[in-house]
Amino acid sequence: MSDTFFTASPEWTWWIVLYFFIGGIAGMAFVLASLLDLRGDPLDRPLVRLGYYVAIAGVAISGLLLTVDLQRPERFWHMLIQSNTGRPMFKAWSPMSVGAWGLTLFGACAFLAALAAFSEERPDIKILQSAPIRWLRRRGAAVGIAIAGSIFGLFLAGYTGVLLAVSNRPIWADSHFLGLLFLVSAGSTGAAALMLLSIWRRAGSPAAVSWLAWFDRRVLILELLVLIVFLVSLGPVAGVFLSWWGLLLAGAVGVGIVTPLSLVSHRAATERQLVRGASLVLFGGLLLRMAVLLSSNAIHVLGTGVTGP
Amino acid sequence: MIAEPMGFYTDTTVCIGCKACEVACKEWNQLPTSVDRLLEMSGDSYDNTRQLDGTHWRHVKFIEQFSEDRSDGRWLMMSDVCKHCATAPCLEVCPTGAIIRTEFDTVVIQSDACNGCRDCIAACPFGVIGINAASNTAEKCTLCYDRLQAGMEPACAQACPTDSIRFGPIRELKQQAEARVRQLHVLGESRARLYGADDKILGGLNSFYLLVDEPEVYGLPSAPKMPSRNLVPSSLLSTAGAAVLVLLGLVGFRKRRMDEHV
Repeated sequence: MSDTFFTASPEWTWWIVLYFFIGGIAGMAFVLASLLDLRGDPLDRPLVRLGYYVAIAGVAISGLLLTVDLQRPERFWHMLIQSNTGRPMFKAWSPMSVGAWGLTLFGACAFLAALAAFSEERPDIKILQSAPIRWLRRRGAAVGIAIAGSIFGLFLAGYTGVLLAVSNRPIWADSHFLGLLFLVSAGSTGAAALMLLSIWRRAGSPAAVSWLAWFDRRVLILELLVLIVFLVSLGPVAGVFLSWWGLLLAGAVGVGIVTPLSLVSHRAATERQLVRGASLVLFGGLLLRMAVLLSSNAIHVLGTGVTGP
Repeated sequence: MIAEPMGFYTDTTVCIGCKACEVACKEWNQLPTSVDRLLEMSGDSYDNTRQLDGTHWRHVKFIEQFSEDRSDGRWLMMSDVCKHCATAPCLEVCPTGAIIRTEFDTVVIQSDACNGCRDCIAACPFGVIGINAASNTAEKCTLCYDRLQAGMEPACAQACPTDSIRFGPIRELKQQAEARVRQLHVLGESRARLYGADDKILGGLNSFYLLVDEPEVYGLPSAPKMPSRNLVPSSLLSTAGAAVLVLLGLVGFRKRRMDEHV
């Protein structure tokens, strides 16, 4: 039996499930928007702006969810500042410490990118045309923000799985593939979220939506492969999923990967099929995080009650 | 500066399960009997504490090994506590700096700095730490840091009527423990062994045990590890995955341009 079964559950439940889900979408929405910003064409601008808005909204909600999950929310700043010395608090070997800084820096990039996008969209608002904000829209600044934000966005999408792995809990600490799995899943859910919003808001050329769909199809296949590798890497611990949690995981695969793949696996997928497929990808991404987090949380310290001699 | 590492040596063979240590701990540290739940009887054991957590910093385990007809069996008892690991997983991951190593080489959570993120709970390989609902912070045994600073021995060790819990400099405790193992071997108890006395387990446990069965029987992991063992491989795989995602996006643009030119 794995030594991880002798540990207590941190009870990271719904707030954290939602944070992992929304944080992943925010991170990858920024990355995809940045790619369109740097390599797309002028017709993609509405979709670029949408991606930056998703990122700033997602990171704001993420910060809120993380704070609410703390047992002492008013001490959230202890993650960044040492409460007794006032100096910066940073541990390179603690994913939660690095994550707190990563989220903050990603938030800063997402804010600047969204501000520049909003000023581009609303030239009628005078304050948005001030010199500092216009500077944000200059090519050099925009490229810098896009690259820095993408690095932090990719970090945000994947560090959550690494955070779980750097523990001693069953399932989480029994595999090295959780960070990769969450990252790839954030790739599929981030693209799905952007696809849905771009269709809903009519914000983006058909070519840009096709690019997102093409990207999502390949990432879904990658996600399925990584999920299989993750389960194999768990060894006997994977037996935990021979329960209701397994049903949840199977749901994540069936609803969130296999069905969407069948809906959007061809070039001529209709808009309706794309909407259905993207919605299912999002639901599946949520199920995946529920299955991984809640299944481990449900395992409590091994007792020492009555046993055979 | 660490003058000399101090700790506990618990000889489980002389524990009688009186729970005086649990009571002394709760009294000295002003820990509530129960905060978030009613007093519950386990119903299948004399062990009603069940596990260590934020309000139970000592826990006398009752390991009841009986045959089905109860004609054969034995009770193993063990007063469990934080192991004050020489390389402590909780201290390693704590993102606020609330967990510190003291001048006695013990590990203490500073309640006024903890924000209740619970990373330490997931990191502890022994399931020792829990949230104290009274303070809403992570709490565990401090090895009576306040008493140590005043030159006193921890409350549990002082209260133990059989000297199952011994307190002192780790160096001296190891000598006592090794002598006791030799004595038990001579007396025919060949299963006697020390757990955590050497540096094989997390660099050594400043609260180590004399056991007469496998660690798992006592609810102890046989080879607990540091959480950071997964940091580099998990991070590298994620970084490689990030590169693949960006590459996929770029390849997608190439394909898009080719499609546009068709």
